[in-house]
Amino acid sequence: MNIKRRDFLKVVAGSSLLLASGDVAFARTAKKLPPSAVGILYDATVCIGCKACQNACKQYNEMPAEHTAPEQIWDDPVDLSGKTLNIIKAYKNGTGATKDAEINGYSFVKRHCMHCIDPSCVSACPVTALDKKSDNGVVTYNKNACIGCRYCQIACPYNIPRFEWDDPFPQIRKCQLCDHRYKEGKFSACCEFCPTGASIFGKVIDLLAEAKKRLTLKPGDYYHYPVAHVTSRETSYRPVSIYLNHVYGEKEGGGTQYLLLSGVPFAKLGLPVLSEDSAANRSETLQHTLYYGLIAPITFLGGLMYAVYRNTRKEHEDKGDKL
Amino acid sequence: MTAEQKPIGGKIVTKTFLICLFFVVIAGILLVKRFIYGIGAVSNMSDGYPWGIWIAYDVVVGTAFACGGYAVAMLVYVFNKGEYHPLVRPALLASVFGYTLAGVSIFFDIGRYWQAYNLIVPKYSQLNSVMFEVALCVSTYIIVLWIEFMPSFFDWLNKPQLLRTLHKVLFAFIAFGVLLPTMHQSSLGLLVYIAGEKISPLWQTPFLPLLFLITAITMGYSVVIFESVTSSLAFKRDMEIPLLAKLSGFIPPMLGVYLAVRFWDLVGRNSLGLAFTGTLQGNLFLIENILYLIPTIALLSPIKRTNPRWLFISAVSMLLAGGIYRFNTFLVGFDPGPGWHYFPSFSELMITFGMIAIEIMGYTILVKKLPVLPDIKHA
Repeated sequence: MNIKRRDFLKVVAGSSLLLASGDVAFARTAKKLPPSAVGILYDATVCIGCKACQNACKQYNEMPAEHTAPEQIWDDPVDLSGKTLNIIKAYKNGTGATKDAEINGYSFVKRHCMHCIDPSCVSACPVTALDKKSDNGVVTYNKNACIGCRYCQIACPYNIPRFEWDDPFPQIRKCQLCDHRYKEGKFSACCEFCPTGASIFGKVIDLLAEAKKRLTLKPGDYYHYPVAHVTSRETSYRPVSIYLNHVYGEKEGGGTQYLLLSGVPFAKLGLPVLSEDSAANRSETLQHTLYYGLIAPITFLGGLMYAVYRNTRKEHEDKGDKL
Repeated sequence: MTAEQKPIGGKIVTKTFLICLFFVVIAGILLVKRFIYGIGAVSNMSDGYPWGIWIAYDVVVGTAFACGGYAVAMLVYVFNKGEYHPLVRPALLASVFGYTLAGVSIFFDIGRYWQAYNLIVPKYSQLNSVMFEVALCVSTYIIVLWIEFMPSFFDWLNKPQLLRTLHKVLFAFIAFGVLLPTMHQSSLGLLVYIAGEKISPLWQTPFLPLLFLITAITMGYSVVIFESVTSSLAFKRDMEIPLLAKLSGFIPPMLGVYLAVRFWDLVGRNSLGLAFTGTLQGNLFLIENILYLIPTIALLSPIKRTNPRWLFISAVSMLLAGGIYRFNTFLVGFDPGPGWHYFPSFSELMITFGMIAIEIMGYTILVKKLPVLPDIKHA
């Protein structure tokens, strides 16, 4: 019996060693930006809070109005929800006199899916209902695959996926960057209908270059802010505000295809402070370390089969035919 | 029928049975409401707290409470400790119920339950998902548990031929019955790892799988002790004290390893200070770990191990510690950001109570009818 047990322990020790040493060997590398990735650049200093984007989003994604006021007349969502994929929120401090100032100021912020380069929701989804397109990087949702487990909601650091809690046949709802409009030669409705150029659509590399350029501008100088699309010739010519020297989404959680500029710290606008490594990468690295090629579980199972077979056979001989 | 286990007999419809039935009926009515009006009609879950007690208790804590079958099978069949054999069937029975009801709970928790089979549709299966692994391992293990429990049925039906056939292949199922919980009990911890910064540093760590696995095993042994003591009291039977005393001896060294890893990790990540901030998270962390210390210290003493009262106190502390640890990891330590709050609704709680009631009803019916509990009076 002791020998058998020692054999078994060897198997266990072997598998644990495999697990312990695997950290580097099986590390999954962080995902890179797809070659023709598209996204949005939102500049809070240019946003006037008119919510034209919110309205356009509802219209072009066929989303219902949401009523929070007693009148039940207006579409007046207070947060993202199963009915609202895009929302303008406001930050206010003290007197709220100065736009884009943290103290005694105010700012708007536009919230919707960040279209992460290495999305946690995609890594978490057990049935590929959430998926990232390999060409343009849009994070899409397929209701025919979804089982409604809501693990995507647990995983998303931005709390973007929303669930239809009051529907017996619920879906997860989130911004899909108006992916359905590209084949008509159009792009995200929120950008197309933004009158000031606060939200602009385009290739992520172009958007990042534009964002970095804006950070070099001198406050008070005038600048041609492109409207709707980063390559648009239609611009809004206006003075430059004081920017925070940070492009949110360039590095957060491994980077996102939705980039933001602001004068107010992003944490105050409700955007989380995240490490540069994506949680999907950390989780999958740990999981692959334990389960790489199923080597450890299969080895462990082999050891178990052997031990149980030997031990139950001995028992049959000793005490007759019973378990 | 073997001499080792005997049905204990007695009336099925007792006062306890009727109280349980009451809870089951209430839960049934509320579940009808859930399937007609949606999950929001009965629960307080929200987009910030998308998982409530149905996941944290029914699945995560519930399956850990149901680890008795796993922990005892490992001892008897892998480490060849035949003396614990009388504990196998009662432990398996509790596991069968715990896991089956966790499986049932998942069906009313998931929104699009009619598409659950997508998990095994090749074009949809997502192998990088921790949820995929947990779902597959748990559902396979439920089937394995029923097969492992079959000998009790065959004994009852008096079918020695079936029993002999089953015994030829049972070793393979027993091996799977150890592998699968090892995988999914550790992966239940890994589930929340991807929530990253949303989980407090008091619980967020790459050691989650190891910590969940160790506590699942010690909770398994504690459940066996707890059930043995309570069923001796409830059914007025003698206790298997010498066996339980030996079994409880495994708990302190395992918890020693657990606590060493837990605190070494917290100190290493400079996060232990959060325990003493007086917040709900800090206080529950302290309660969780004090509860771990009780069985670790008490069961070190061979005298206390043979004392039914200390055995019971230690087992209950261990089960509470493991349960609170899981609640803390999934709910208390989970902070989706300012403004989000969660406390289960009355209906949500009643549905969970209904599940617990079904478990108690099923366990008592089967120990009365099937040869499950060891026949100690004549042993």
